[in-house]
Amino acid sequence: MKPTAFTVISQRSLTPTIRKLVLRGDTRDIERPGQFVNLKIDGCYLRRPLSVCDKENDFLTLIYRIVGTGTERLSRYLPGERLDLLTGLGNGYDLSPAGDRPLLLGGGVGIPPLYFLAKELIRAGAQVSCVLGFADRGDLFYETEFRDLGCSVTVTTVDGSYGIPGFVTDAIPANPTYFYACGPEPMLRAVCRAVPCSGQLSFEERMGCGFGACMGCSCRTLTGNKRICREGPVLRKEEILWND
Amino acid sequence: MERLKVNLCGIPIDNPVIPASGTFGYGYEFARFYDINLLGTFSCKGTTLEPRFGNPTPRIAECPDGMLNSVGLQNPGVRAVVEEELPRLRQVFRKPIIANVSGFSPEEYAETCAILDREEQVGWLEINISCPNVQGGGHAFGTTPEAAASVTKAVRKRTTKPILVKLTPNVTDIVSVAQACEEAGADGLSLINTLLGMRIDLRTRRPVLANTFGGLSGPAVLPVALRCVYQVSRAVRIPVIGMGGISSAEDVLEMMMAGASAVQIGAANLVNPLACKEILEQLPSVMDRLGIQSLYELHS
Repeated sequence: MKPTAFTVISQRSLTPTIRKLVLRGDTRDIERPGQFVNLKIDGCYLRRPLSVCDKENDFLTLIYRIVGTGTERLSRYLPGERLDLLTGLGNGYDLSPAGDRPLLLGGGVGIPPLYFLAKELIRAGAQVSCVLGFADRGDLFYETEFRDLGCSVTVTTVDGSYGIPGFVTDAIPANPTYFYACGPEPMLRAVCRAVPCSGQLSFEERMGCGFGACMGCSCRTLTGNKRICREGPVLRKEEILWND
Repeated sequence: MERLKVNLCGIPIDNPVIPASGTFGYGYEFARFYDINLLGTFSCKGTTLEPRFGNPTPRIAECPDGMLNSVGLQNPGVRAVVEEELPRLRQVFRKPIIANVSGFSPEEYAETCAILDREEQVGWLEINISCPNVQGGGHAFGTTPEAAASVTKAVRKRTTKPILVKLTPNVTDIVSVAQACEEAGADGLSLINTLLGMRIDLRTRRPVLANTFGGLSGPAVLPVALRCVYQVSRAVRIPVIGMGGISSAEDVLEMMMAGASAVQIGAANLVNPLACKEILEQLPSVMDRLGIQSLYELHS
């Protein structure tokens, strides 16, 4: 494992705040959906972690929301420019317990890693259902892309401007064999209550290094202290200790 | 390489580029990136007598040319370090390490050091009396000469290994604390620990760190570190390890010119896991360019 130079192939807006960035470089360390990369952005001291949305040969797709200085600077990168990445970070999702009807639940900018996951699950022969939650119609992205993979897709919007009004938990299909989720923490908590089967959830935390050295992103679980960047970002539903 | 060799409190080390405590774990995370045996030694994650989870998250914040952390001494406790971390480290690192120790009373520091004193893998004990992120512990012992001396004396009675005392810059007069440690039996000093700082989220109007305050590190603190090392190294006879914002071979030499016998690299490891390796690779050519034959000559 080592820092690797990637070249920007394209960058475009999916919504006013969501960007899709396609990079080219050595993607061999990315082994599983749910893993992340850590990008060195010019003008920022710390790297910025972003989940892997897709990987195809040496092409890497990242989807992120512009939320602060780092992502704002990232959004200005142009095709041909280079970015230094640490890749293949984190545990990623374990596909083995998925069963034949896994359910994927994503909220907002938590949706991108589920795309890579859906692709791998379908490749393994599963019938994948997705519930994608957004704030409103203007926030919507990747609905078509998930359908094109062969997923059964339901969209929810909080303001009811598109799809089913409400949250992802208002649109849970019957009898999934297993679930995978990524999104804001209140959503993840609600998902654990609403979905009866077992599942895995991906968490987010501010990171110093992204590879297990600084203990900046620790959390407590029922199976001991974990680093979101190393033993996470994916935790099993049964081991999560919610902060109260 | 002979010209990079230095002596740290009587123990020769292959080079003076030492990863700093809290940025290198117990070593093996970095063995995934390079053969860490090219290091002279490294300082392990701050260890306490009992296990600690540390502070709530967020613990990390971006700063201009640096970062804040408020990890709060998360560590598995000294017994787990001896039983699990050191044996695991032995698989990837063959040299003695600097064991960094923190505590909440002089007795606790001494007890933890006594346990580590029995370990062959521990070459030096680095007494952290400067962690800014833990209330009532660590930092409190670094802010007065008397308290610093009391911890140093308590540890001195329980170990024959060289003691390095790690000092905080968050004091009015770092020299008086340094001199008190020297008189109390310290074999060396390491400085600086992080500078206490904070950031506020403009949208929420609240501190970014859950702990409100955190320690500033990274290139932003290098001038402060150079000043402290310069002052302290001229006021004591024991060696000083300089640290604070070093991220290049040039920074290493500048810190040694300020009076450091060796240096530690902290935040740079987090941004670039190969930082120490790259600095070591660049050091000989930068020395050539500046007409420096060996590192010994810099502080003689």
